[in-house]
Amino acid sequence: MPYLSMGQATNDAMRVAMRLDPTIIVMGLDIRWGGSFGQFRGLYDEFGERVIDMPISEALIVGAAAGAASRGLRTVVSMSFVEFSMGAMDELVNQAAKLRYMFGGQAKVPMVLRCADGTIRSAAAQHSESFEAIFAHVPGLKVVAPSNAYDAKGLLIAAIADDNPVIYLENKKIQPTKAEVPEGLYEVPLGKAAIRREGSDVTIVAYSIQAVNAAQAADELAKEGISAEVIDLRTIVPLDIDTVLKSVAKTKRAVVAHEAWTFGGFGAEVAAQIQEALFSELKAPVMRVGARHSHIPFAPALERAIVPATEEIVAAARRAVALSGQTMQRAS
Amino acid sequence: MSQGAMKEAAQEGDRRLPSLDVLFGMHRRMVGIRQFEERVRTDYLARRMPGFTHSYVGEEAVAVGGCAALEPGDLITSTHRGHGHAIAKGVGFPAMMAELYGKLPGACAGRGGSMHIADFSLGMLGANGIVGGGFGLAAGAALAAQFLGNRDLTLCFFGDGAINKGQFHESINFTALRRLPVIFLCENNQFAQYTAIERTTAGALADRGTPFGVPGAEVDGNDVLAVYQAVRTAADRARRGEGPSLIIANTYRFYGHNVGEAVPYRSEADVAERRKRDPIPRYEAWLQAEGLIDAAGCAGVWEEVTREVDESVAFALAAADPDPATAMDDLYASTRAAWSTQ
Ligand SMILES: Cc1ncc(C[n+]2csc(CCOP(=O)(O)OP(=O)(O)O)c2C)c(N)n1
Repeated sequence: MPYLSMGQATNDAMRVAMRLDPTIIVMGLDIRWGGSFGQFRGLYDEFGERVIDMPISEALIVGAAAGAASRGLRTVVSMSFVEFSMGAMDELVNQAAKLRYMFGGQAKVPMVLRCADGTIRSAAAQHSESFEAIFAHVPGLKVVAPSNAYDAKGLLIAAIADDNPVIYLENKKIQPTKAEVPEGLYEVPLGKAAIRREGSDVTIVAYSIQAVNAAQAADELAKEGISAEVIDLRTIVPLDIDTVLKSVAKTKRAVVAHEAWTFGGFGAEVAAQIQEALFSELKAPVMRVGARHSHIPFAPALERAIVPATEEIVAAARRAVALSGQTMQRAS
Repeated sequence: MSQGAMKEAAQEGDRRLPSLDVLFGMHRRMVGIRQFEERVRTDYLARRMPGFTHSYVGEEAVAVGGCAALEPGDLITSTHRGHGHAIAKGVGFPAMMAELYGKLPGACAGRGGSMHIADFSLGMLGANGIVGGGFGLAAGAALAAQFLGNRDLTLCFFGDGAINKGQFHESINFTALRRLPVIFLCENNQFAQYTAIERTTAGALADRGTPFGVPGAEVDGNDVLAVYQAVRTAADRARRGEGPSLIIANTYRFYGHNVGEAVPYRSEADVAERRKRDPIPRYEAWLQAEGLIDAAGCAGVWEEVTREVDESVAFALAAADPDPATAMDDLYASTRAAWSTQ
């Protein structure tokens, strides 16, 4: 089985889907040259005019992608860095996400917006952020955030086949990580989380780069005798809350981790849903791990002070376990 | 003026002379929009109707002339002031009125209301509550037509206020670059909300296509035949594969921006002056001068159309409300590509 990076896996996904379906077109800046991260490399050579160089007109790119999708094409849009999609939020939120609902189900909008997010090599405030909570907040959009090459391919194909607008978030730092990726067509269904590791003391819920970090955190915690279960959500909308609740009902403790801001972040939604469903069973409050509520600074020393990594997940899990220990002591 | 325009058209060949069916159809649709909008205004002011609504009264010739120049498969994008566009594209009074009343048999099953009427089966891709929302959608619809190899063109209606949106410039650049079959038809009713165009807009509107190599034409938007001809010319160009055109149709809305609001920003005298150029009596005078219809014939159309509008109100009032249990339906399509393994 080929051993591919996430970038190679999504490039493969594009080819598989585009060979199957002549109505798929690709739109973006520098797209014939492969896009900013090579995810589109070589597609022009194989698919020619279906790969469209777009002007630096983000609103037009997303508006036209939605319009074309509502008229029978499947559109895959490269937004390059997720920050650039902010220039198209009107088209995304007020058009793409709403067309179907506000027209009483008349329109279908099969489009995928591929956006690179997260920190990498001091890219600083306008090229380092993670906006999944902003997208997840808008009804009518689906939001996907893979953590490995296998999922990256399967989720992208599933997103392209979906008849709704899907935001596909590719964390920059983990793009080079490799995994075995089957050839040809397969899909990882949207809305299905994966249990990466079974455990009994605490559930770590994460996605994208923090799912990778959560697996490392679980190794660290094991050394201290803490058994962590790791859930990779893979899809944020639809949210597979059932898998999360089943796990937390067992472990009684949860940590939710993402690289985006904790404040108003998607972790707050997951934490709230856990607490609404399992309040009386929890042994500790649901902990959140995310970036502090600041823009991402340039200096490496400052960047690490804002953005969380494995250590913060380990610390949060320890705290959850310790807190419940104290509670039990007081009760006895 | 119209007669002059007609003669000019005749000289260019009969192709551009509308058939009698089209000529009568345009009359009926203009009267239809007028009576529909007057009734909506009455019902809205009587607080029988939910939401808010923007009246198209006075601008009928633009929607009707524009849509009459299209082929059946062609598409339109519309605006917050979209009732006229929908009627001109063939959406029926019952579906429209029921939508305005928020009823189940409405064009969008009560999900959209006044600012979001759409009928994709008729190529009406939706009114839009976001000013300039149609620019990207029109470019995309035309891109799809180009890829799918059909001849459908997209007529993009928008206001003089919308022409200052970045999306206008983004989409005219892209559609010109790719020679996409789009017609940008600007309804210059002289105001954006309460603000006169002179206070917000530099240069001549028709020149805004020039830097992109897009021809701009300015027409009397109260002359339905002039609008028809301008759109026909642009449509021919688009179907020859030569790309988009920009048309500025100068017109005037007789009522305020929203139905029911005060209109302190223009004088009664101005409005009275503009009402003298009402597009409907003008067109009727032309039809009569050409001997195509007489005064009694015109009166008959008004009577029939008014009855149809009244019936649509009765239909809407008698229609069922949407079921609250369905409020979350149609947020997401449950369908997938045919090749999906799921
Ligand atoms: C993006 C956006 N900004 C502002 C508004 C509020 N608004 C609604 S209609 C309108 C004026 C639009 O003027 P114009 O495009 O000339 O159309 P008209 O109302 O004259 O038909 C404004 C500002 C809006 N709906 N959308």
